[in-house]
Amino acid sequence: MRVVACLMALAMLWGATGPALAKGYPPPMADGQTVEWVPPALSGGNPFTMPRWSPYVVGVGIGVLCCLAFLLSDKTMGCSTAFARSAGMLERLFRGKAVEAKPYYQQFKPVVDWEWMLVAGLLLGAAASALLSDTFHFHWVPPLWAARVGADPVVRWVVAFFGGICMGFGARWAGGCTSGHGISGTLQLAASGWLAVAGFFIGGIATAVAVFHIILA
Amino acid sequence: MLSTLHARKGGQLLIGLAMGFAFGFLLQKAGVTTYDVIINQLLFRDFTVLKVMLTAMVTGMIGFHALKGLGLAQPKVKPGGFGSTLVGALIFGVGFGTLGYCPGTVVGAVGQGALDALFGGLIGALLGAGLFAALFPRLKTGILSKGFFGEATFPELLKVNPWVLVIPVSLAVIGLLCWLEASGL
Repeated sequence: MRVVACLMALAMLWGATGPALAKGYPPPMADGQTVEWVPPALSGGNPFTMPRWSPYVVGVGIGVLCCLAFLLSDKTMGCSTAFARSAGMLERLFRGKAVEAKPYYQQFKPVVDWEWMLVAGLLLGAAASALLSDTFHFHWVPPLWAARVGADPVVRWVVAFFGGICMGFGARWAGGCTSGHGISGTLQLAASGWLAVAGFFIGGIATAVAVFHIILA
Repeated sequence: MLSTLHARKGGQLLIGLAMGFAFGFLLQKAGVTTYDVIINQLLFRDFTVLKVMLTAMVTGMIGFHALKGLGLAQPKVKPGGFGSTLVGALIFGVGFGTLGYCPGTVVGAVGQGALDALFGGLIGALLGAGLFAALFPRLKTGILSKGFFGEATFPELLKVNPWVLVIPVSLAVIGLLCWLEASGL
């Protein structure tokens, strides 16, 4: 019964996303040109050197990774505890072993664990993808920011730093981020995951709208 | 067999690294490690982030519940509450909307050369996490415990078989994605 339901659901998922994949996916590029996405099997090109893949191909891939995390590691995919552990490791560098006695670091010990390695791998994977598709380049100011705010790297740095503090602080306050709550939590139909993802987007949309439609209007 | 694999410490770290590599590769290929794509999602101009997240959720939801049914996956539900999850998520949102990356994609952005992600976002997020660790003892019994509901899941709350929710939620998400494609978004 369960297996049948499962297969049916998979068939429906494919039915819905398959046509979107087959018709190709044109992602808008930063500089305004459009690159047609053609399924690798049809184009005969090397998918690894393509700058963009269909979001549905990527989504299915991430969904499969989440399942593998449960199966192979008895873990959920998440990124923000690695930030808490790294913060603890950095604090220990400056202030010594006493840092480990902090109640929060008793709960999230400042050690390299599975999730920390996941985040380290994420860095390498993104770099490999960018290098293979020739999209790697050092830059301080993203194009949209440059167009609306200006090309001054200091202004961008100050805002990014402020945003980073809020994000790191809020992620630990909420107990997870867009991956841990937003994907791994919602897929388990967890109340915490759905509530968190609502908060992330309500806060994010309100802030982005305030910045781009009110402050910069 | 799986429990022996789960107990192998070094092996698990390698699996974590390999899965992270695949995760980062996929995120970069979707374009969601770029500021413009994330901000344009928050401004409803580009729906890539939503498409990636919803497709991942539906795929993972079906796979996880199938694995759980077969006894191959143990649920790992994070405890939640209004004072902790919702308030934290809103603070996160302010960071998400100004930085333009989240904790996973900020690392991916560093991997593709974004220096604002490295010196602004990543360092800021580490500082933010450290700041939370410092304030945690004071917040713990206060706001973090308000409206606590623990490790609740919707099938448990509604007392139904998970598939009663998995199938309609999947269909609704697929319907939404089809509508987005049909309207050219």
